[in-house]
Amino acid sequence: MTKHVIEINDVTKYFGEIHAVDGVNLTFEKGELFGLIGHNGAGKSTLFKMMLGLLPVTSGQICIYGQPIHGETFRQARRRIGYLPENVVFYDNLTGLETLYFFADLKGADKRTCAAILETVGLAHAANRRVRGYSKGMRQRLGFAQALLGKPDILFLDEPTNGLDPEAIREFYQVLRGLQDQGVTMILTSHILAEIQERVDRLAIMKSGKIQALGTLQGLREEIDLPLHFQVGMQHGAETALREKLGSMEQLEIRTEGLEASITCARDKKMAVLNALSSLEGAVCDIIISEPSLEDVFLGYGAKK
Amino acid sequence: MLGIEFGQIKVIAAKEFWDRIRNRWVLAVALVFTLFALSIAYFGAAQQGTVGFRGIEVTIASLVSLVIYLIPLIALILGYDAIVGERERGSLDLLLSMPITRLELLLGKFFGLSAALGFSTLIGFGSVGLLLAYKLNAVSLLHYGRFMLSAILMGMAFLSLAVMVSVIATERIRASGIAISLWFFFVLIFDLLLLAVLVTGGGKIGTDVMPFLLFLNPADIFRILNIFNSEDVRAFYGLATIMPNMLTNAGLLSAAMLFWIVAPLGIALWRFK
Repeated sequence: MTKHVIEINDVTKYFGEIHAVDGVNLTFEKGELFGLIGHNGAGKSTLFKMMLGLLPVTSGQICIYGQPIHGETFRQARRRIGYLPENVVFYDNLTGLETLYFFADLKGADKRTCAAILETVGLAHAANRRVRGYSKGMRQRLGFAQALLGKPDILFLDEPTNGLDPEAIREFYQVLRGLQDQGVTMILTSHILAEIQERVDRLAIMKSGKIQALGTLQGLREEIDLPLHFQVGMQHGAETALREKLGSMEQLEIRTEGLEASITCARDKKMAVLNALSSLEGAVCDIIISEPSLEDVFLGYGAKK
Repeated sequence: MLGIEFGQIKVIAAKEFWDRIRNRWVLAVALVFTLFALSIAYFGAAQQGTVGFRGIEVTIASLVSLVIYLIPLIALILGYDAIVGERERGSLDLLLSMPITRLELLLGKFFGLSAALGFSTLIGFGSVGLLLAYKLNAVSLLHYGRFMLSAILMGMAFLSLAVMVSVIATERIRASGIAISLWFFFVLIFDLLLLAVLVTGGGKIGTDVMPFLLFLNPADIFRILNIFNSEDVRAFYGLATIMPNMLTNAGLLSAAMLFWIVAPLGIALWRFK
């Protein structure tokens, strides 16, 4: 049997009548960057809290390195996990560095690493300033720094880029890539789908406590079979030729505006359309093919029952 | 039952303690205690037309009457938001995601706050004790020391109640309401109720039941420990003959006080889980 880093077996969590998490099965592999997406209240944060052992499961089992998170092994497991909760809150009266010292003590991490971690998350300049004066983005960076204490080999990041500017988001993912190279397993949630779509290795879409879809982005695109879009730049007077060439194809729609044509077709027509377009040499001057974005995929699954 | 890591309790306790040192809470409370103790020691007899130090036993008796109001109030205010405050701010989740058990977190909070209150009490009353030391003999010093120790224990009992409230209450504002109600009950209403029971009982409730009823209030235990337990003061109050033996047993009284420290914490832990 393969030993997964985290194994979630048929886990449910009921809050009275509400099924916050409903029969979830998931496994996470070493060094994987995994995205968990879904609407608010889909059950992502509840799943995180159960993986951390903060909430008991109603039924099912969660194992980290083959061990359940409850019981005597919880401490050992927690020391290997970094967690950034959604809307992280710190103590306003402490400085950034003091905050890290406090959590390092609790986690049994080496306090001498705190300054370097603040440097990694770009907070070195504010290390000795009180958290009271930190901006939202700085607090988020401090939250990430806290999660990195003790060199964890699993990271749970709940909306980690909340409040970060685009530059900071890029830096954040650079740090994640570095951690991934060291074999750290990372599971993150985000509402900004465009931000994670090219960055995660695999993802799961949660809806009403259930895993609705699971796989790589490309896998999900194929599974849900959303149409492809071609953006075609035409020469003057080429529209007729284009319509003649493609008009006979099924499951295909052409819209034109000026010298631009927008073609929507079924995924399996991709090569046929490409061949047809390239045969129009002279009439076509540019082709851009766009795959459905993660947002399209997400909304596509959302529209499915 | 998971094993306890004392290191984790220490980390939480140290944070709570140093927070109160840094925001000058300890200093402020110690100053209040010093000022009150000094005033009572020197001006306590002003009503009788004299000013000046009249002896430690009378000073302790006056201090007890003051501290019995002050320390429960300070302890309840200090501890009522220990857990509910973290929960409301949103910092509890992160704290609990650390390798720490709820018992360790609760004990850490309790001991850290106890240390802050205990330290203020020691500094506040201790400094006055040092000022008076040249006028005191060893026995008087012992009595004064016992007064400070019992004040700290009473503070811990009310802190324990406060921590229990902070676990049970769902909102900070509600917790503060409950804490103030507890203060009213134990400090102002309890003795009146007891008196009412005695009067309506028409003498049927005698000395065999009475001591047990007093054990139901940590503030009363503190009072007995300090006033009735000292022969000079008993004589001063004319209580020498009517006190049941049970109430002069310092060991029993201390055990009752310890119960008041442990029991609310136990309930807090049960509810926290």
